[in-house]
Amino acid sequence: MKTSRRTFVAGASAAAVLSGNRVAFAQKKYSDGASDTEIKIGHTNPYSGPASSYGVIGKTIQAYWKSVNEQGGINGRKVNFISLDDGYSPPKTVECIRQLVEQDKVLCTFNTLGTPCNTAIHKYMNQKKVPMLFVATGASKWGDPKNFPWTMGFQPDYHTEGVIYAKHLLANVKNPKIAVLMQNDDFGKDYWNGFKEGLGKDADKVTKHVTYETTDPTVESQVIQLKDSGANAFFVIAIPKFAAQAMRKAGDIGWKPAIYLNNVSSSVASAMKPAGFENVQGVITALYLMDPTDKQFDSHPDMKSWVAWMGKYNAGASLQDASNVFAYSVSALMHETLKKCGDDLTRENLMHQAANHHNFKLPLLLPGITVSTSPTDFYPIQAVQLSRFKGETWELFGDIMHAESS
Amino acid sequence: MPAFPKKWLWVVLILAFGLPLLGPVFPDVISNYRLFLVSTMIIAAIAVLGLNLLTGFNGQISLGHGAFYAVGAYTAAILMDKLNVPYYATLPAAAVVCFVVGYLFGQPALKLEGHYLALATFALALSVPQILKYKWLEDLTGGVQGIVLNKPEVPFDLPLNEDQWLYYYCLVTMVVLFWAANNMLNSRSGRAMMAIRDHYMAADTMGINTARYKTVTFGISAAYTGIAGALSASAIAFVAPDSFNIFLSIKFLIGLVVGGVGSLVGSVVGGIFYVLVDNSAQAISTYIKNDLGLQFDLSAYTIFGLLLIILMYLMPQGIVGGVYILVRRLRRG
Amino acid sequence: MEQLLEQLASGLANGAIYACVALALVMIYVSTDHLNFAQGEMAMFSTYISWQLMNWGLNFWVAFILAVLASFVLGVIIERVILRPLHNAPVLSVVVVFIGLLAICNSMAGAIWSYLIKEFPSPFPKSTFGFAGVIGPHQLGVVVVTLVVLGLLFLFFRYTPLGLAMRAAAQNPQMARLVGVRVDWMLALGWGLAAAIGAVAGIMVAHIVYLDPNMMSGILLYAFAAALVGGIGNPGGAVVGGFIVGVLENMVAYVGNMIEKTTGVYIIGNGEKLTVALIIVIFVLTVKPAGIFGRVVVKRV
Repeated sequence: MKTSRRTFVAGASAAAVLSGNRVAFAQKKYSDGASDTEIKIGHTNPYSGPASSYGVIGKTIQAYWKSVNEQGGINGRKVNFISLDDGYSPPKTVECIRQLVEQDKVLCTFNTLGTPCNTAIHKYMNQKKVPMLFVATGASKWGDPKNFPWTMGFQPDYHTEGVIYAKHLLANVKNPKIAVLMQNDDFGKDYWNGFKEGLGKDADKVTKHVTYETTDPTVESQVIQLKDSGANAFFVIAIPKFAAQAMRKAGDIGWKPAIYLNNVSSSVASAMKPAGFENVQGVITALYLMDPTDKQFDSHPDMKSWVAWMGKYNAGASLQDASNVFAYSVSALMHETLKKCGDDLTRENLMHQAANHHNFKLPLLLPGITVSTSPTDFYPIQAVQLSRFKGETWELFGDIMHAESS
Repeated sequence: MPAFPKKWLWVVLILAFGLPLLGPVFPDVISNYRLFLVSTMIIAAIAVLGLNLLTGFNGQISLGHGAFYAVGAYTAAILMDKLNVPYYATLPAAAVVCFVVGYLFGQPALKLEGHYLALATFALALSVPQILKYKWLEDLTGGVQGIVLNKPEVPFDLPLNEDQWLYYYCLVTMVVLFWAANNMLNSRSGRAMMAIRDHYMAADTMGINTARYKTVTFGISAAYTGIAGALSASAIAFVAPDSFNIFLSIKFLIGLVVGGVGSLVGSVVGGIFYVLVDNSAQAISTYIKNDLGLQFDLSAYTIFGLLLIILMYLMPQGIVGGVYILVRRLRRG
Repeated sequence: MEQLLEQLASGLANGAIYACVALALVMIYVSTDHLNFAQGEMAMFSTYISWQLMNWGLNFWVAFILAVLASFVLGVIIERVILRPLHNAPVLSVVVVFIGLLAICNSMAGAIWSYLIKEFPSPFPKSTFGFAGVIGPHQLGVVVVTLVVLGLLFLFFRYTPLGLAMRAAAQNPQMARLVGVRVDWMLALGWGLAAAIGAVAGIMVAHIVYLDPNMMSGILLYAFAAALVGGIGNPGGAVVGGFIVGVLENMVAYVGNMIEKTTGVYIIGNGEKLTVALIIVIFVLTVKPAGIFGRVVVKRV
């Protein structure tokens, strides 16, 4: 293990990790949900209802743990992964999580999905002191170890991403007049606030800001309004379906702004292709994961082993769906964290190990991006790389950008 | 509808109040989580009762009671969050606010019947989450972020934990509300309400002020559901627009129909069903996948749909009606 | 001015979609007196059938016709198997069955074809012509198809014996039975027709909103509003209602925009356009309770 500034901060505890990791005779210690034979992990995900398209994430994670168990488990223990359907409804999430924590007595929860759903259980998990690891939302509030020491995020947060787009836009678009399409919820607001922060004193360059609801059938009316504002730059804060509609409509009505697209909709299969390749040339986004349809990664070992794994353990799932890449990658981080715990499967140690990743090379992250955490840094991935759409795929450009979020 | 024998009512009540006391005896059976689950059933039962007063006893269809539930929850949340009102004082406030909203909504609803009323209420349920996010209300409602609250604290140093206290809090509220509803339905006004449902024109000609009764019933119904919403704000300790989507209203309607339209006991059954149906659908789905080894992915949502159709097929009158018919047949047979 | 035109055109195009689904709703309503909440999900399922056929290499129109026929058969089967036993059940119980059907269609489509959104081809030539920029060729095509379906329905109900029998069965089942109409089968036929029209609607919509299992959930409410505004039970009314709702919604956003532009005060915008449009619809309904084209039915006591 390399010494870095971060390990120095972690101090003595880091040394404990080193020994705990290697030494087999360390005393076995367990919290609820862990034993000599089993590790119980809880999970909530919408499999039904309006957000059921996220269901694939849950299914791929289940396939991941199945494959881990078939290969002998983690340090000889099988993973018992309990995944419940919360239908993207916060009250239901509370019910499911209480069942997982109090009835099923899981060691921790993992990758619970959705900003409002996680907000509903945030306080509870921290009162109960149950690790709530690598939540599947990009809101910036999940990395707050001072007030919520039992909760940790995963992906680069939306806020930071918004700042990055704003900075790039100001530097590259002349006389910017900016149009913004925003999904009217938590996710949209986070991006929007980051974007405004990045614009700083140039916030008045936003000539038009419109919203849509996920219950709207189309966003065509909104795009017409944006075009009418005479904007020459367009920031799309939307989930894939609406992002694709918006970019296609812009092309259809002959509006050619510089388009910035949020990472959430960067999937080639579910956003760029449906929008029509002719309409999305030059679109800019920020990436941190490899896109499975991106040809440049076809020969990358991570991508090859992912494709092989998908064929063996998750057959039938789409090889084009970026959600499957996300699910695999985040599971691999959980896997690594549990492995590092060794035989000390207490909740304290789990949290401690989660907060002690040092430039860990997580599969399927873009080359050069790694996972680092510390007791004061609960944002595992904080780097992204800008990317421009060309032909039928993304082309990475510029440096990897690290952003420390507040 | 069948009357529920009085002696059984007392047995059930004593059991309900004694339930948490059995906790130390059977710690695995009566856990805090189960008590919480029963509390959510109670809350759902109150909401379904509210809908039942309107639809079951007065014949006005509503597909949008989730809207009143949301208004009640937000009233409670805003009072607790902004004005530090104690949680128990939010119930009457939510009731009053929802009564007013329901009463006002009942005015145009007078002119709408059947499918038209269904559309209007459906629209109401769909617009409420959007109104909660409205730009000028954001400071109050927290916009899309919602409001995070504290769970009700146990008063007077009672030897109870939070979940036990929440359970009693919900249970007492429910008993009072059901008692009130029962009295109302057995009064002159209640008979007028039902007369309007059964034969509108006859009721009208007999001198019942149908317009007044219908709007007031709308108000009372909304108030009941609003109280349930306020209780849920305390129980979940979080409100957000996403909690009140259209499925909430539809699930109340399912609870109403499956329990028993126009039956007080049916509302309780409906509330229990409201909570249990998801959990059992999920359990069946996992059972089929893991234990029967079916390759095709039969999701919990599919099972949920199948359950509804089978239930309606077997008991088109709802569970209470179905059981009643069954008991009568057995007695005769 | 340009924006106004574009908003109008886009409203009309959306309206055509609502109109198509509303037509399907009306079909079931006239034959069985029920509002089918599962209509949208059934249409979505039919669209997946046509997508599957095209994926197997069939031509668009062949897949279209096969999918419409398959939907017709499925509609008939659903009526005979699921709804027939509930013939005497209360209305609300039937509504719950519809919700069950909705859940099944939605989750089965997700399980079979996954939730990943799919592109759906447009059968109309992609050439740019006179209205380019204001209304796309596909949007125009949808409007035309909707009107064609309406015309066919009109001819069917007015001039064919089967159509006349269906109308008779719906209006007066006892009398129809006496003159030898098989009323039971007429109801099933009504369901089949509704499912077929739904399939047409779905296939037309899918190019615009993309194909995914939840594609109809947003549209169904608009279709309800459209069917009711036009006067439920009146196919022509449903189509006009669809156009009204589509245009109205865009106009609310447009007016909100103009107010903000001229006065600088935000009053209504995209977040509220649905709410405001629905308030207007409901207001119209309180003034004209039977819808714009509906006839007031006088009841005998």
